[in-house]
Amino acid sequence: MGVCLVEGNEAMAWGAVVSGCRFFAGYPITPATTIFNTMLKLLPPIGGICLQGEDEIASIGYCLGASMGGLKAMTATSGPGISLYSEHISFAIGSEIPVVIVDVQRLGPSTGSATRGADGDIQFLRWGNSGGLPVIVLAPVDVADCFLMTIKAFNLAEEFRCPVFIASNKEIAMTRENIDMDAVDIPQIIERTPPPAGKPFIPFEVPLESKVPYFLPIGGDVIVRQTSSTHGADGYITTDSDEITRVQERLKTKLTSKVKRFSFHETYLEKDSDTLLLAYGITARAARDVYHECKNSGNPISLLILKTLWPVPEELIKEKTEHVQRVVVVEMNLGQYVREIERILPDKIIDFLGQMDGRLISPNQIAKALAHG
Amino acid sequence: MDSLLNKSRPPVFCPGCSHDRITQTLDRAFLNMGLRGEEIAIVTDIGCSGLFDTFFNTHAFHGLHGRALTYATGLKMAQPNLHVIVTMGDGGLGIGGAHVLSACRRNLDLTLLVLNNFNFGMTGGQFSATTPSTAQVGSGFLNRLELPFDICRVAASAGAAYVRRCSGFAKNLPEEIENAVRFDGFSLLDIWGICPGRYTKRNKLTPQIIEESLAKMPPIKNPVPENQREEYGRRYRDLAAAQKQVSPPKKMTAQFDPIERKRMDVVIMGNAGQRIITAGEILCLAGLTAGFQTTQKNEYNITVLRGHSITEVILSPQAIGYTGIERPDVILALSQEGVDRRKRLFASLDNSVLILRAPGVAIPSCKAEILQPNFKSQKIKSTDWALAALIVLAKMNRVIHLEMLKTALKYKFRNKILTSSLDLLERVRTD
Repeated sequence: MGVCLVEGNEAMAWGAVVSGCRFFAGYPITPATTIFNTMLKLLPPIGGICLQGEDEIASIGYCLGASMGGLKAMTATSGPGISLYSEHISFAIGSEIPVVIVDVQRLGPSTGSATRGADGDIQFLRWGNSGGLPVIVLAPVDVADCFLMTIKAFNLAEEFRCPVFIASNKEIAMTRENIDMDAVDIPQIIERTPPPAGKPFIPFEVPLESKVPYFLPIGGDVIVRQTSSTHGADGYITTDSDEITRVQERLKTKLTSKVKRFSFHETYLEKDSDTLLLAYGITARAARDVYHECKNSGNPISLLILKTLWPVPEELIKEKTEHVQRVVVVEMNLGQYVREIERILPDKIIDFLGQMDGRLISPNQIAKALAHG
Repeated sequence: MDSLLNKSRPPVFCPGCSHDRITQTLDRAFLNMGLRGEEIAIVTDIGCSGLFDTFFNTHAFHGLHGRALTYATGLKMAQPNLHVIVTMGDGGLGIGGAHVLSACRRNLDLTLLVLNNFNFGMTGGQFSATTPSTAQVGSGFLNRLELPFDICRVAASAGAAYVRRCSGFAKNLPEEIENAVRFDGFSLLDIWGICPGRYTKRNKLTPQIIEESLAKMPPIKNPVPENQREEYGRRYRDLAAAQKQVSPPKKMTAQFDPIERKRMDVVIMGNAGQRIITAGEILCLAGLTAGFQTTQKNEYNITVLRGHSITEVILSPQAIGYTGIERPDVILALSQEGVDRRKRLFASLDNSVLILRAPGVAIPSCKAEILQPNFKSQKIKSTDWALAALIVLAKMNRVIHLEMLKTALKYKFRNKILTSSLDLLERVRTD
């Protein structure tokens, strides 16, 4: 028994190691730096590699090289670094390179405030790639989530051969909290699937029953091709529009058709409530306080905490909001994810509470928004 | 040994392009070395140099402009036995300059073949980092305003251990490439060539002119004597293996009854350098000794030993949601900057709130109970005030008691720091 006291960033590093991550590269940036610091302590003694890149572009570039070399890889940064990652995010999407990317969000725009939190990158994470193909974005709420969501992020990255983002926030990442990591129910760790023996390996050939190509590492006994250019199954540039269409469609649907399987969330549904509060990340904690207060005061509301933000778990959101007329979306920005809620729930009243000044949204503010709309 | 050229994908360079010769020569070098395709990864940049990987039956990695060395670095670290060859043009040298310099400084066993044809061929013959100022190129007059760099001197001064320049038409090019590949460390081979599709349309450049120009370049002693050192990857693995494995964070067990099993919110307001964050952590740990849930939310400036530092600690018998503190039970006011930063908090405080005020700190008007332990007369340094304030709290049996605090200190500190903090614990008076 017993618990330890760690910050979200440390918990992520431990989650990564449990997931089998053996390569990390990063460039120092508050509030993500302590992930790098912790990985530098954890990886080298167990045969892993932790590098400090000359910049953010290099850091994620190293990860892409190492991932194709067969290692599970992670990088971590904040807004200015995510901006620089963009070309390599697009590469990882289009060329199906598994990598976990942590964005410890801080108040933007631009260099913004290094040590103030925000959830200002939520749409940027989704759309910050050329081509606009879908990505997976998970959002932890607390230190335990930082540990568990990192493991889930690795599993998704490996299973679907794609970049997976963890949208953290300074206020989770650098906040210490008690956690018993041994008590966390750790999912089975997923590894990349090698092709069945006996057939020539075609780098981006997709098995019949799946939308994800088999994986072999560059540097193994079988020759592997990787390219950032639009390619066919053989890994060579293609200009055949039919083949391009097939690949783009597959890159899209390999995630969107499976989102039900990884629609991580917490729900607190109250039969007598016509209002549902919807939150994610650090703000979900204040929302949970409000849920309990409302319940105790005899005016219950429902609460949905999303931990998978992208692809939007549309079915889940529709199902959980079926019996309410009003949805109140709270987030630490000026209105980003609320756009998705408005899009998929056109018949409901959607109210919004946002704040972007480095301070947390408090339970009082949420209670007021619930009361006044 | 068979050629590693991909028979089904012959080179597609312009007639007369030196890239074509270099492709054949690279294959010759691989043959001479007796390498199989599985033992080689060709990592290519963008532009015509970015086509190289498709002409060979080797592992291949083609990525974005200027970034080839970044993939090569990750790949080589993951697959130390692989021969990793990077082909990059003079365009990539410019856009990826930081990566070139880092590769030179690091000395990881990669081979960088610079296919230097003095312009951006594929996009229309614009000027690059090596275009002569006198050349006529696709960037109008702009190249007349800039000086080209000599990548060999740049690389040597950045720490590259192996730096050579040669002509793409040199008879001994297979040996030049082989020597670069065999070198145990980062090697850069600057291969001067001709771009007939763009550059030589408006500029005179022949194999002979290249030869003459090379002869006029300042000589570089290769391998660069002052840059000889152990290969990065091997050194990395040696140093890594000597690092001590880190155990999972130590656990703290609940072992005491708390003073009261109710939620308590404590804000410590101080300055950077006063060990405010450490004090907050100790308070959390003390809470864990009595089975509390705990959170510690911090706020400080980007400056390191200047500016405010504030930590908000919640101890609660129940799960903690919102981590901010709007109605504190206790405030430790240890610096004016810290208090000023949170001055809005004071007006609503009632008389159940305790404030421990350090010497010289003015508290905004409020109803809270204010105590002023005189740390100065007790000769306690301001860097110890945060811990001293926790000790005062514990001696008053507020929030935590002394056994909780002692256990936290023993968990957190070792040796001299533990001794001095326990000594402080004995010494501090509440008055």
